[in-house]
Amino acid sequence: MVRTFLVRGLLVGLLAGLVAGGFAFAFGEPRVDAAIALEEAAAQAEAPEPAAAEEAGHSHGDEAEVSRPAQKAGLFLATGLYGLAVGGVFALVFTGLRGRVGPRSDGLLALAAAGTAFVAVILVPFVKYPANPPAVGDPETINSRTVLYLVMILVGLAATAIAVATARRVTADPWARWVAAVIGFLVPVGGAWALLPTVDEVADGFPATLLWEFRLVSIGTQLVFWAAFGVLFGWASERAAQRTNGVPVSAAAPS
Amino acid sequence: MSGLTTPSIIPFPRLRPWLLAVPVLLLVAYLVLMDNGAVSQTGAFLHELMHDGRHLLGVPCH
Repeated sequence: MVRTFLVRGLLVGLLAGLVAGGFAFAFGEPRVDAAIALEEAAAQAEAPEPAAAEEAGHSHGDEAEVSRPAQKAGLFLATGLYGLAVGGVFALVFTGLRGRVGPRSDGLLALAAAGTAFVAVILVPFVKYPANPPAVGDPETINSRTVLYLVMILVGLAATAIAVATARRVTADPWARWVAAVIGFLVPVGGAWALLPTVDEVADGFPATLLWEFRLVSIGTQLVFWAAFGVLFGWASERAAQRTNGVPVSAAAPS
Repeated sequence: MSGLTTPSIIPFPRLRPWLLAVPVLLLVAYLVLMDNGAVSQTGAFLHELMHDGRHLLGVPCH
């Protein structure tokens, strides 16, 4: 049963990753191209040092190690592999939660867990450290920004655990449990948002509209991924359980 | 709390061996999202190949 869930998580994750890649390709690539054009225009203006971009270990132009068309194909490779990895981990967490925490239905548990994962692992870091297009961000600070981003992911996961533990202590009506869960989640998350250092590396003159649209597409790509993954995994896990039990879905006895 | 199916709880000892997949999957995610040559030893290649995905999935890229 664990194996079945894991394999389905990997496959469904790959599929959802490719769907999210399609969204990112259609709506994100034009913005990435626009940002790269601005970056190259700025590099031209800083001439006579055309090698400046390469010195920083990064370039987008024709002389880049991977060409732009290949990078656009790489987008699907990246989102597909991302989906595969995330889907596998999700499936194992799902298997552990099943029957212990959350809805007592595979389909609903998959949707609830995917929604929670999107909020805790994607939205919580995004609010503090939003996605940046090419040309935004100082390559010198990539390590510290990556660490801060990972810290926000861990904060989101810890806050989710705190929220669930808090809600379970409340035995009153369901509304009180929801309030306890939301407070248990928002207190650590809000604390981290307030206390962790702010990153502001948007260059003067970078178009605000382009930055906003890029960020919207970026969070949209993740939303598409998690929505597609939640629905597909819910469907796949329902079918897996149905087949293993040999019981039609609707005939399962309510407990 | 009744749903569409009533899932049976899978005991943790049966789940545990499969958890070995987690570090492998996290390594894949790391290589896709964050590696700049330190682990893969391919220099900037993975960074360049996964470039657009990193930006659009929202992780810090450069």
